[in-house]
Amino acid sequence: MNRISSFNIVSLTLGFAFLYIPMIILVIYSFNESKLVTVWAGFSTKWYGELLRNESFLAAAWVTLKVAFFSSTLATILGTMAAYVMVRRGRFAGRTLFSGMIYAPLVMPEVITGLSLLLLFIAIGLDRGVLTIVLAHTTFAMCYVSVVVSSRLVSFDQSLEEAALDLGSTPFEAFRLVTIPIVAPAVLSGWLLAFTLSLDDLIIASFTSGPSATTLPMKVWSSVRLGVSPEINALSTIFIGIVTVGVLIASVVSKRAISRRQAEELAAES
Amino acid sequence: MVNSTVFAPWEDPGQTPLIRIENVTKRFGDFTAIDDVSIDIYTREFFALLGPSGCGKTTLMRMLAGFETPSEGRITIDGKDMAGVPPNKRAVNMMFQSYALFPHLTVWDNIAFGLRRDRMDKDRVAARVEEMLKLTQLQKFAKRKPHQISGGQRQRVALARSLAKAPKLLLLDEPLGALDKKLREETQFELMEIQEKTGTTFVIVTHDQEEAMTVASRVAVMNHGKLVQVDTPERIYEAPKSVYVADFIGDVNLIEGLVASVGELAELTWAEGKAPLIGQSGASLKAGDEAVFAIRPEKIAISREEPEARNRVRGKIVDIGYLGNLSVYHVQLPDGSYMKCEVGNRSRVSRRDYTWEDEVWLSWTDTAGLVLPS
Repeated sequence: MNRISSFNIVSLTLGFAFLYIPMIILVIYSFNESKLVTVWAGFSTKWYGELLRNESFLAAAWVTLKVAFFSSTLATILGTMAAYVMVRRGRFAGRTLFSGMIYAPLVMPEVITGLSLLLLFIAIGLDRGVLTIVLAHTTFAMCYVSVVVSSRLVSFDQSLEEAALDLGSTPFEAFRLVTIPIVAPAVLSGWLLAFTLSLDDLIIASFTSGPSATTLPMKVWSSVRLGVSPEINALSTIFIGIVTVGVLIASVVSKRAISRRQAEELAAES
Repeated sequence: MVNSTVFAPWEDPGQTPLIRIENVTKRFGDFTAIDDVSIDIYTREFFALLGPSGCGKTTLMRMLAGFETPSEGRITIDGKDMAGVPPNKRAVNMMFQSYALFPHLTVWDNIAFGLRRDRMDKDRVAARVEEMLKLTQLQKFAKRKPHQISGGQRQRVALARSLAKAPKLLLLDEPLGALDKKLREETQFELMEIQEKTGTTFVIVTHDQEEAMTVASRVAVMNHGKLVQVDTPERIYEAPKSVYVADFIGDVNLIEGLVASVGELAELTWAEGKAPLIGQSGASLKAGDEAVFAIRPEKIAISREEPEARNRVRGKIVDIGYLGNLSVYHVQLPDGSYMKCEVGNRSRVSRRDYTWEDEVWLSWTDTAGLVLPS
């Protein structure tokens, strides 16, 4: 089973090439001396310097981070609450309808979500800016959080909460002292997911932002329409770098935690 | 009084029970989980709820803990009606089947959890936790997390945690189900010792009849949400009131027939041309009733010569099971039915007195068997 046949090598190479060649090209050209994106004129890091001096990019990056932070936090709170009710409060009238409605935005085309939010904001006379993007991102990220958290809650032994009650906790204490610490990893990964989704979103942000707020994806998109500049390549490379480091750290940490736990369990039983 | 040394508060009409379960019924939709059950449980009792899975024993226990409310009837603990009292306001603690140890807390913090909820001051919490660790011999593991200790140790942490608040009543839901056989037997005796030391009233739910018989002062046998019989382990085993109880507890040979006569002993006609079987009469039988003769395999003697006992049948050995401490003989009667007979292996060198295909006599005394309504 473990033999590496030539077929395996070919399919592996093809798959990875398909996934990563575009990104590799982007990274390579970010170090290009020339202003022309498609002509190689020697190694340079000057575009990174240019990027740092570009006020409008920095402003957009700051807006994006703010939006991502607030929307993912809000989405995590709302999504966790929704997941808790869906999983824990058993059957109530309309439960199926509610859970369907929570998950529907997952499959809803973003254009429709964006458009309907835009109409809502116009209807209630809310000025479009950072706040409206935060609200819009909270809306669509919340369902992802609730999916992640409810999958943890389903596998969570309900007798833990009962034990807390049995030992004299009020229902709120049981939630705070037992449920929250145990589902915390799922809540955190829900938050991270919401954060990334918000960082990444172009369509909904375009619908719901006003002249005062431009997010980084919007900025990139609009500048690319005027022609790809090497600055964009540099910016994207930084993003790829951050994501790669983040993913690596997360997987190393969780792998270590798992192997330590297994070792401890083994030691406990012997 | 000679009787004062024997613990049997249920026989003393002057005693007030700690727990009264009065005509309790519990329905989940159309399904009746508990059907008109009444039980009195006394202080310091080790009371077992025994039955197959789905018989309602766990539901009954969860009603004592406050996780379910009765559809009808009343539960009082220490004289107080428990209707509307939530689990966190009851002087009742429960040890869960899954142990339900908090995985993010150490053994020490798990045991302290309930004490801290009572706003008890730090020194008293520490003293009580240490006391519990000592009682369950867990001092060495205080700083460990639940996944860092073995299954048997986890079971003891769960016990220590549920006993820490010194509850009036401790509920144990299949407490030993996750342990292997040897550890389970050791732990049964530990549980009894701890129960005696602390003087707490224990109610244990189990489907393991051996476990119930070992630990309990009284056993309540349940089936399909109904209470079948409540009695001491000895009486449950030796004087079951129904075929269900006789069959559920231990091994038993059951022979169907018709009651021929009822006096001090009952006679049961069971086969054409055979002498009737004689045994003690169960509840409310009269001549002509359909009945079942119940006889435990260890009460049957096996012999090659025709014995003098009035209860005797002849058959052929078809199977021998050697269990070490005893041997089980499966004997086929002429009518095709089978009987089981157990013989203790008291001497080490086994003389194979009987072997396959041997024609043998099975016999038992007049009071060894029971005639029960079918």
